[in-house]
Amino acid sequence: MTSANDLRPRPGEKLVFDVNPVLNERVTHYCPGCHHGIAHRLVSEVLHELGVAHKTILVASVGCATFTYDYFNVDSVEAPHGRACAVATGVRRARPEAVVFTYQGDGDMAAIGTGESLHAANRGEKITAVFINNTVYGMTGGQMAPTTLVGQKTTTTIHGRNFSNEGGPIRLTEIMAQLQGVAYAARCSLDSVKHVKEAKKAVRRAFDVQLAGLGFGFVELLSGCPTNWHMTPTAANKRIATDMIPVFPLGVFKDVGAAEANAVKEPGNA
Amino acid sequence: MSRKQMPKRILVKGNEALAYGAVDAGLQCYFAYPITPQNEVPEMLSALLPEHGGAFVQAESEVGAVNMLLGAGACGVLAMTSSSSCGISLMQEGISYMAGSHIPGVIVNMSRGGPGLGDIGPSQGDYFQAVKGGGHGDHRNLVLAPSTAQECYDFMFMAFALAFAYRNPVMILGDAIVGQIKEPIRRTAPEGASTPEHLRSLVQDLRIEGYGARGENAPPRLLKSVYLAEGALAQRNRLLQQKYAAMRKDARYAGEELDDAELVVVAFGSIGRITSSAIRGLRKEGRKIGLFRPITLYPFPGEALRIHARGRRILVIEQNIGQMVEDVRLAVGGCDVAWHGIMPGLFIGANELVEPILQALKG
Repeated sequence: MTSANDLRPRPGEKLVFDVNPVLNERVTHYCPGCHHGIAHRLVSEVLHELGVAHKTILVASVGCATFTYDYFNVDSVEAPHGRACAVATGVRRARPEAVVFTYQGDGDMAAIGTGESLHAANRGEKITAVFINNTVYGMTGGQMAPTTLVGQKTTTTIHGRNFSNEGGPIRLTEIMAQLQGVAYAARCSLDSVKHVKEAKKAVRRAFDVQLAGLGFGFVELLSGCPTNWHMTPTAANKRIATDMIPVFPLGVFKDVGAAEANAVKEPGNA
Repeated sequence: MSRKQMPKRILVKGNEALAYGAVDAGLQCYFAYPITPQNEVPEMLSALLPEHGGAFVQAESEVGAVNMLLGAGACGVLAMTSSSSCGISLMQEGISYMAGSHIPGVIVNMSRGGPGLGDIGPSQGDYFQAVKGGGHGDHRNLVLAPSTAQECYDFMFMAFALAFAYRNPVMILGDAIVGQIKEPIRRTAPEGASTPEHLRSLVQDLRIEGYGARGENAPPRLLKSVYLAEGALAQRNRLLQQKYAAMRKDARYAGEELDDAELVVVAFGSIGRITSSAIRGLRKEGRKIGLFRPITLYPFPGEALRIHARGRRILVIEQNIGQMVEDVRLAVGGCDVAWHGIMPGLFIGANELVEPILQALKG
């Protein structure tokens, strides 16, 4: 098995890229081609650039992202499945000075934890939620997610997701953008360099609104799961572009300025 | 202290006494979802707690509330939630995670009649759920059973002290009677009560705060309950069991007229108090009856009960279909233990307990 030391430059090699100090050098448990690594890097780079890692608390979720805390050099707490936004609410209220973020998959945030997620967002909790949408339950072996596309085959929809039986994929960013407490809501994708660069900006903005005290910061990241899609990483990237983005349109759905954030505090001013 | 120097008494419901006790003990964060018969607690704390610099959040559900408690408890602050039976059932997942992660917190259950939606009358049907852990896995909560409004106030201090001493969830188990009864209490901290600063210092090596609070290059901290490596979960459970064994020294009970008693009646909470009235009346008639009222339901004061039970008849009175009686039988071993149950939802008077007590006295 590759160890972190194997990745350091050998004699005659030059270091041209390095992890930032908010991520440690542990080899992750994620599958080849999985986008969690990119998402981790974006979040850690933003925390590093903002200079807030020392006062950051990560609320981990359940799913493939359960062990997120193994890779981030920040204080962390484990939340039960779906409850990360409620746990983050408790952390936020107990530690008003901290930077608090959750990192949740689609099952965690958009199925079992919908209630906790929407209500934390609606209260305008000053937290940031990073939402990984890969249209499938990864950790449990490829079952249907709330975001699974109609027609997509999973281990619990072996003939493809049937709209009349299972409904259609939930577009969580659009729902989040409707809530008054949400200061920022965007959907990005990790399938191409261009999209990754846009995603970095969105992650940064989702933390900016927390630091500015404007409200709930939310960013959805369309991600590949080659293992449970039964594809090569390259084909998985293509699937995001051809199948997912048409159903989950990219873009910033909400970004309140300071003036607008103050205005929505007035009762009756939607 | 002379009576004149004593602080003035205030007339409050048991639920209000809980809220005052929590604030006076140093409560910093409170999360709850409304449910009868404990609504005075969130209503009062929504006003009181912010006045004292604390945080109040009305959660979207009991699931939300208990996980907010988990988050605040992980930060090492004095945090609490309150609910009643059905709501406490919803909290069991979070309570199990808190126990598994060594997270302190106080959970108040002013219980209702069950099963299901039941009613909002008095019941002690949640005894098993409270003292046997309640959630999944081998975990235990410390459980305190107040019988008066004054105890509702005083036990809040004890609950926080135990939660932080053991880094464990503590449950206060009451019912509609003790929650709704209005009676005078003295709003002063019980003797020897710990300061909130002291309690917080007990968990300073195990709270999340941002590593910067511990130094520029301090290693990050993690509070969790998942242990997948071979043998790791076994080790975690051994650690928890050591903690539960250590709790035994904190078992507490209140005894009345036990020295010469021929019959020892075991009853807790509201029913313990009503039983006490019945026993006092029978004592006036010269009947030698005593009361053993567990204050901690977990750890159960079994050692003390065994001593008091020696050579005496035992009667358990509880408002359920037979729950605490199992712990009493385990504690006293060979003794003959009689049981009198009161169906959930009924309001009973002391006079209704006279006959079953006399019957047990005769044997």
